[in-house]
Amino acid sequence: MKKEENNEKEELLVRRIQNGTVIDHIAPGEALNVVKILGITGSTTESLSIATNVPSDQMGKKDIVKLSNRELSKEEVDRIALISPRATINIIRNYKVCEKKGVEVPELIEGLVRCPNPGCISNTNEPIRSRFVVTPKGLHCIYCEWVLTRDIPSHII
Amino acid sequence: MTRHIISIKDFDRRQIDRLLDNAKRIDAQKYDKTALNGKILATLFFEPSTRTRMSFEAAMARLGGTSISVGSVEACSMAKGETLADTIRVVSGYADAIVIRHPKEGAARLAAQFASVPVINAGDGAGQHPSQTLLDLYTIRQSMKLDGINLALIGDLRYGRTAHSLASALSLYHVKLHTISPTGLELPPALITELGEKGMEIIDHDEIKDIVKEVDVIYVTRIQRERFPDSASYFNVTSNYRITPELLESAKKHAIILHPLPRVDEIDPRVDRLPNAKYFEQSKNGVPVRMAMLMQVIQ
Repeated sequence: MKKEENNEKEELLVRRIQNGTVIDHIAPGEALNVVKILGITGSTTESLSIATNVPSDQMGKKDIVKLSNRELSKEEVDRIALISPRATINIIRNYKVCEKKGVEVPELIEGLVRCPNPGCISNTNEPIRSRFVVTPKGLHCIYCEWVLTRDIPSHII
Repeated sequence: MTRHIISIKDFDRRQIDRLLDNAKRIDAQKYDKTALNGKILATLFFEPSTRTRMSFEAAMARLGGTSISVGSVEACSMAKGETLADTIRVVSGYADAIVIRHPKEGAARLAAQFASVPVINAGDGAGQHPSQTLLDLYTIRQSMKLDGINLALIGDLRYGRTAHSLASALSLYHVKLHTISPTGLELPPALITELGEKGMEIIDHDEIKDIVKEVDVIYVTRIQRERFPDSASYFNVTSNYRITPELLESAKKHAIILHPLPRVDEIDPRVDRLPNAKYFEQSKNGVPVRMAMLMQVIQ
């Protein structure tokens, strides 16, 4: 009961949405990178609310992103796992949570991250998208075999 | 479905051994000289090459096939801004296999993606050069078993693609690797970690003389002058990595010296006369090894 009250307080930090997606349990400080991964910029039409460093029973602190009138696809949400594997996705319809799911780290990331190797063929004008195989060590560029081990958000295209 | 040869990391030990066995049969003249009759090999070299290009063309000719090429980079459509992807799609229509050397890493992987015929990587930037590695292994195997040997890698181990590919392949054969390189030109840390995870023992040394008595193979690579601020510091450093007859006096009798060539000052010309010098043999081995590669991908 107490937990629910806590959740309610957190929810109230930003306005409830009628329809859309709430991305919860984002690692603290990563909300803006989540938004970047989703390709949401100032020129996109979605109504967006972000809460950062809100208290969390499970995580101590967490970030939340609320996106009105857009339901995220599995491919989109799985990308979030790259920077925040504990994130949960709530699909909201008419103010109610209709679907709740976790994120899964995808096996292959395509067109999301730029290869840090300046000599890589994927950083030229060739008609290809960057492709990385996700391994326990990091993201492995299938073209030049470079392994991106840290600071993935700064390489997001 | 086509089969490509892009990176030595795509091979397991069984596949390497099989290819080297085929090269050995070819070397002993036990092969069909008309095996690739009527087949055409396209050689696309966007970077200079002497040995690799000529030995691929010689290999194709020895198997009864023909080679075509674009000539210089300036003469081809890429100079007009055509993408590599388009060039590859076009050339796929002219040939039964493509050999490519390109300055960008991953170019051969991209070529394989767009080609409808097999692609062989003949060097992509600082990336992979699998045919060189296969002929290196073949040359070592002519003198000794690969398993359990001590091999010294000397020179520019940071930027030299032959050193990286060779080290990766040797990790399949329980080889103990000794590295000797100038400061700043050491094996990349990520590669050291990767090789360590495969169980390879790697020991770094300051000078070749510290280890010359223990090693079975001395693999020398060229240290490029442009890595140094001036000629004086280049000569100062390279003199410490030079292989001389005096140095080899304390080497094992059966030890062999390899070099992917071209050499500049790394090996004293007097070493050429010693039975340990195998680098010209190594270069010659490029033909049977590349014949085995062509037979594997085209047939």
